[in-house]
Amino acid sequence: MQKFTRVQSKALPLNRADIDTDQIIPAQYLKRIERTGFGQFAFESWRNDPDFVLNNPAYEGAQVLVTGPNFGCGSSREHAPWALEDLGLRAIIAPSFADIFRNNCAKIGLLTVELDQDACNYLVARAEENPAAEVVVDLEAQTVSTPDGSFVRTFEIDPFVKYMLLEGLDSIALTLLQDDEISAFENSRSSLYPKVTAS
Amino acid sequence: MGEGKTISEKIWDRHLVVQEEGKPDLLYIDLHLVHEVTSPQAFESLRLAGRKVRRPDLTLATVDHNVPTIDRDKPWTDPLSTQQVQTLRQNCEDFGVELFGVEDVRQGIVHIIGPEQGLTQPGMTIVCGDSHTSTHGAMGALAFGIGTSEVEHVLATQTLPQSRPKTMAVEVNGTLHEGVTAKDVILSIIHKIGVSGGVGHVIEYRGDVIRSLPMSGRMTICNMSIEAGARAGLVAPDETTFEYLEGRNFAPKGADWERALDEWRSLVTDDDATFDTTVTLEGGDIEPCVTWGTTPAQSVPVTGRVPDPSEAASPQAQELAERSLKYMDLQPGTAIEDIPLDRVFLGSCTNARIEDLRAAADIVRGHKVAGSVRAMVVPGSGLVKLQAEQEGLDTVFKDAGFEWRDAGCSMCLGMNPDTLAPGERCASTSNRNFEGRQGRGGRTHLVSPQMAAAAAVAGHFVDIRKWEKS
Ligand code: SF4
Repeated sequence: MQKFTRVQSKALPLNRADIDTDQIIPAQYLKRIERTGFGQFAFESWRNDPDFVLNNPAYEGAQVLVTGPNFGCGSSREHAPWALEDLGLRAIIAPSFADIFRNNCAKIGLLTVELDQDACNYLVARAEENPAAEVVVDLEAQTVSTPDGSFVRTFEIDPFVKYMLLEGLDSIALTLLQDDEISAFENSRSSLYPKVTAS
Repeated sequence: MGEGKTISEKIWDRHLVVQEEGKPDLLYIDLHLVHEVTSPQAFESLRLAGRKVRRPDLTLATVDHNVPTIDRDKPWTDPLSTQQVQTLRQNCEDFGVELFGVEDVRQGIVHIIGPEQGLTQPGMTIVCGDSHTSTHGAMGALAFGIGTSEVEHVLATQTLPQSRPKTMAVEVNGTLHEGVTAKDVILSIIHKIGVSGGVGHVIEYRGDVIRSLPMSGRMTICNMSIEAGARAGLVAPDETTFEYLEGRNFAPKGADWERALDEWRSLVTDDDATFDTTVTLEGGDIEPCVTWGTTPAQSVPVTGRVPDPSEAASPQAQELAERSLKYMDLQPGTAIEDIPLDRVFLGSCTNARIEDLRAAADIVRGHKVAGSVRAMVVPGSGLVKLQAEQEGLDTVFKDAGFEWRDAGCSMCLGMNPDTLAPGERCASTSNRNFEGRQGRGGRTHLVSPQMAAAAAVAGHFVDIRKWEKS
């Protein structure tokens, strides 16, 4: 997993509520068996609109997305965070996120930041007005700010998720360190639970 | 605050492998279901890291999202789908995982086959790389959807680090009117609490209406928990659950069955347990529902009209409603029953069990599908299909002009060739009416199987309560 410490970049404004994972990456593109290459299909149907923000070259290079509440609702497809990552995004700022989507982002080093609606509105308006305006997302300090310091907001994050992101740790490797505990649990587990194969 | 625990807390606590301050709990997973779309990258990473599947005996794979639902024995038209299905077969071989492949009569939508096989049992933890894993909660299991990195984590360790969820009680009291189904109950719940109302919570569905529902209806309700944003949804097991399970393939037998019953009967929420959130609905207030928008919360009774966005509760809801109506090409004030349809889809893990097909066939029997409508039935599993054919339901549907297909997700998400054309309007028994969900530019209205069947015949929505069976 990619480490996340601090990102300073333009912000991509996408001010809609309840953006679902079918919009982020439509089902017909889930057939690839690789993790990469999904960015070209992200928000595919909205990109038909020439005014859609991703079609605006002024936002090229943006690593931060600012969007509406309940972002990433719907399907559990990790292809959605993969697609956003493939677009070059490192952090997503929204008033709230869907649970599975947020988990999936954390696993690949894509930071999800919850800020209140007013702060998001401000960042969206600012980015719409001036696409070149940068924001700073600092995970260590848990802040989102403007480079001139005129806007600073702190955000909450699960301390363990923060630690994993800062260190870029592999969660499977960590769990495998607890192999003894897992085996102990398995030994005490009821024999009544079904087995799929008779092994 | 009471000392008691809710059922989801009991299941959680019984599956704790490690609990440490400042870290998510490490939960043991009793059953891991795998399908072709969200697993290839997980297996590939395992391979690269030289890891194996820790418990192949607790892992079951099937193919559902991608597979064609006709002409399966002929070469498939989509090389990418073929590759994905073959990749799963190879992965299952390499890692020793049991696969219900496309030629197997037990193949089907992953959330239909778990309960059907009796693999889904009360008190278990179940995960799958699919958000509708909550379906299995109907059996009194704690079941939730995960992403591909988590799929890999479970394959490698049979555990999952998870933060403890909040608890929500959704109580549906009283009784349902004739013609009102489990689908209408869950659409009404989502309408009430909103598409993010359940975020962070496990929902326990309670109350007389839930208790009186058969397992198929409970599965429909638990299935759509994710449509309210919830992490999972479940129903405490009772005699209905045990009756459903008894004799199924993987259900305990003989003395084990008795021991299991003893254990399952303890899976109730204690009287002195407290929920973080409680929501109550009156069963008698629920009417047959139709969604008009592009989120599952945007529904009205079939007797209602397309709402006026200017009457929405907030500016954001108004904006969303306006965009939804534009996408759906609907005018405010249009009577729902006046909306003409091009397609009808009877299928998906929400409503493609044998009970759903029986209910729909009952409506259709002796009628013809309207000339303007193309309608299809896609059974949830090979076994559902077989059962329906033994009961002659396929003949009822085919005589009426429905297409009768093989099991899979099909037009629920339009990953295989079964899709809506741009602009087509569909009455669907599935669970998502998102923009483009059933095909680019397609317009989806979510309804119960009975309502979908009647709409196929009439060519527009009709109030099922007034339907004359022939
Ligand atoms: S039927 Fe639809 S909702 Fe269910 S698993 Fe398949 S794609 Fe997902």
